[in-house]
Amino acid sequence: MRDVAVVGFAQRQMLEFDGSPTCVELLVPLFEECYAQTGWTRRDVGFWCSGSSDYLAGRSFSFVQAVDAIGVIPPVNESHVEMDLAWAMYEAWLKIQTGEVDTALVYAFGKSSAGTLRRTLSMQLEPYTMTPLWPDTVSLAGLQARAGIDAGLWDEAAMAQVVQRSLTDAEGNDHAVRSGGSSVEALLAKPMYADPLRKHDCAPVTDGAAAIVLAAGDRARGVRDRPAWISGLSHFIDPMSMGTRDLTRSASAARAAAGVDLTGVEVAELHAPFSHQELVLRRELGLGGDVRVNPSGGALAGNPMFSAGGIRIGEAATRIWSGEVDKALGHATSGPALQQNLLCVLDADAFGKVA
Amino acid sequence: MSRTLSAPVTVAFDYTRSTGPVLGRFFTGLRDGVVVGGRTASGRVVVPPPEFDPETHQAITDFVEVADTGVVTSWTWVPEPVAGQPLDRPFAFVLVTLDGADASFLHALDVGSPDEVSTGMRVRVRWAGERVGAITDIGCFEPEARGFVTGARAPSSTAGATSPTAEPVTGIVTPVSLDYVYAASPEETAFYRGLEQGRILGQRCPTCHKVYVPPRSACPTDGTPTTDEVELSESGTVTTFCVVNVPFLGQRITPPYVSAYVLLDGADIAFLHLILDCPAEDVHMGMRVKAVWRPREEWGTTIENISHFAPTGEPDADYDTYKQHL
Ligand SMILES: [Zn+2]
Repeated sequence: MRDVAVVGFAQRQMLEFDGSPTCVELLVPLFEECYAQTGWTRRDVGFWCSGSSDYLAGRSFSFVQAVDAIGVIPPVNESHVEMDLAWAMYEAWLKIQTGEVDTALVYAFGKSSAGTLRRTLSMQLEPYTMTPLWPDTVSLAGLQARAGIDAGLWDEAAMAQVVQRSLTDAEGNDHAVRSGGSSVEALLAKPMYADPLRKHDCAPVTDGAAAIVLAAGDRARGVRDRPAWISGLSHFIDPMSMGTRDLTRSASAARAAAGVDLTGVEVAELHAPFSHQELVLRRELGLGGDVRVNPSGGALAGNPMFSAGGIRIGEAATRIWSGEVDKALGHATSGPALQQNLLCVLDADAFGKVA
Repeated sequence: MSRTLSAPVTVAFDYTRSTGPVLGRFFTGLRDGVVVGGRTASGRVVVPPPEFDPETHQAITDFVEVADTGVVTSWTWVPEPVAGQPLDRPFAFVLVTLDGADASFLHALDVGSPDEVSTGMRVRVRWAGERVGAITDIGCFEPEARGFVTGARAPSSTAGATSPTAEPVTGIVTPVSLDYVYAASPEETAFYRGLEQGRILGQRCPTCHKVYVPPRSACPTDGTPTTDEVELSESGTVTTFCVVNVPFLGQRITPPYVSAYVLLDGADIAFLHLILDCPAEDVHMGMRVKAVWRPREEWGTTIENISHFAPTGEPDADYDTYKQHL
C-alpha cells in the first residue's frame, strides 16, 4: 500500500445557491483555494474525480458541464461517481494505489434546493416496491427514529442533546447554514414536525460544493508539514428494503468499523443527517465518551447533498493539519436510513498504519 | 432581483421495467388481491419477496400467501405529503408485518392524526379500486377495526378480483415526474437578458482569448472564469448539420427540417439552431447564414427570440475559417 494523505480541502455551504445546477461558478473558486493550499496548478493534478447526481440537478450528464471548471486542454484523467464526495475520494485513493498517479483532486456539488429534496431522493430507492410510493427521506428517517425509541435505545431528549451540542458547535463554523444550540428544554418545547422528528432533528436542505486534494508520499510531504495520512478506509452497504433491516442498528457501519483501527481516535466527524443517526453510529463504531463528535456541527448544521460526507473527511483532516489531534475519523453515509457507510481514518503518522 | 434568471421545469418519464419471476409473482398476487411473500432458507417469510436469499444467495422460489392484515412495527407522521405519495392529505408511513410474514414492509396508513397511530396497532390492506399489478394496488392500510370484516382474508371477497387464468404480471410502468426551479448561471443570464434586447452576447476567456456563446461560467479549455463581454455578429457559418426526418414527442416543426451548428462571426464555439427559408437539401457546410428574429413584441429572455437562421446568399466560407470547429 502507498501512503496517501489528504492535503487540501475547500467547501461552500448555503441554504440556496443562486446559480446553475452544474455549480461551475461555485467550483472555480474552490479549485483556486485548493491550488493556493497546495501551491500546485491544475497540471499537477494526476486524477480528477467528482460526485454529484443528475436527479438533483434535474438535467442529464450534469457532471460533464462541471468539468468546465477544471479545464481540459491538455486532456485530463477524469472520472465521476453518482455518489457523495467521500466515494469519489475512495475512487481517487484507489487510483493512487495503482501507482498510475500520485495526486488527485476530488470534488462534488449539488443544488438541493432546485427541486423538493426529500422527494427527489426517492429516486435512490428500490424502484419496484418503494419508489412508486415516493417515501421521502424525512419519513424513512422517522421510521428509524421511532424504531429506536420503541426499543428503548434512545428518546427525544437524547436526540435533542445531539442537536443542542451540534448547533452550539456550529456557532464556531463559518460554513454552517444553521447554528445556535439553545437548550435541550427549549428544543423539546418545539412542535413535532414528522412525528417523532422535529425540524431541528433533520439536516437543513443545503446547496453547496466541496473539494479534497489527495497526494502520495513525498508529494504530500511537499504540501504540508502534517499531512492527514489515510490509515484506514472501509465501506459497506446494508439491504435497501427497510423491513429486512434492524433499523435501530447499522450493520454496515459496524462492519466498516471492524475493517479499520479506531483506537486512539480523538475526533470523529460523523455524517448523520438526522439526530438519532449520530446515536446509531456512535454505538456501531464503538466510540467512547472521550471521542469528540462533530466539532464542526455536523450535518445538522449543513448538509449539502453529495458533498456533506466528504466534508466530514475534510473537517477531520484540518484538525490533523493544525496539530489539534493526531488521529481523526471521517464518516460518510448514503441511501435511506444509514444504508451505506464509509469510514476514513486519518493519522498524523504515515507509517505502518495501512493494513 | 435575483442574480440569475430562473424558470420552473418538470422532468418526467415513464420507466418501463420487467419484473422477473419473483417480483412478477408478487405483483401478480397484488393484481389478484393476494399478498405473496417469499420464504428464505432460514424459514423467514419476507414481503415483498426478495429475489435472492440474503444469506444463501440462492434464488427465492418458495412463495407463500400471507394475510392482508397485520401489525404496525414502526411509523412516522407525514404532515406535508409530496406528489406521488399514496395519500394527498397528512398520513402515516408505516412498517407493517402482515400476519403470516416475519418481516415488515413499507406502505401508507390512512389516519387523520398522529394520535390515531401507534406501534403494535392492527391494520388491514385497503385495495385500490383498479388493480394493475403494482405496489400501488395496495392503496394504503387502514386501522383494522375500521374494516367491515376483521381477521378474515378471503381473496374471493375482494372487489374486482381478476380471474386466476389471467396472464401473470411480467412488467410494470413507473411514472416519474420531478419539478425543479431551473436557474441559469450568471453568464447564461447575461446572454438571455441580451437576447431580450436583440443582442447576442458571448464572453472571452482572459487566458486563451476564446469567445464562447452562449457564455459559460468557466473556459472548458483552461478552467478560467470567462469575464469580458463580447457582442457577436448575427451572421455566421454552418459548420455541421443534420436533416431531421424523424418525428418525436414535443416536436414543433414538421420534418424534414435542418438543425445546424452555426459558428457566429467572432465566436470560437458553434451553437445549435434551425436553418429554414431554403430546401433542406440545400443546406451544406460552409453556408453563410443570418439570424431571423421574431417580431420585437414577442421577445423574451429566450433563444426563441431568434426564430431561425436563413441563408444570406453570400459565397460559402473558406474551409480554413471553420475547420477548427468541427
Ligand atoms: Zn480559456
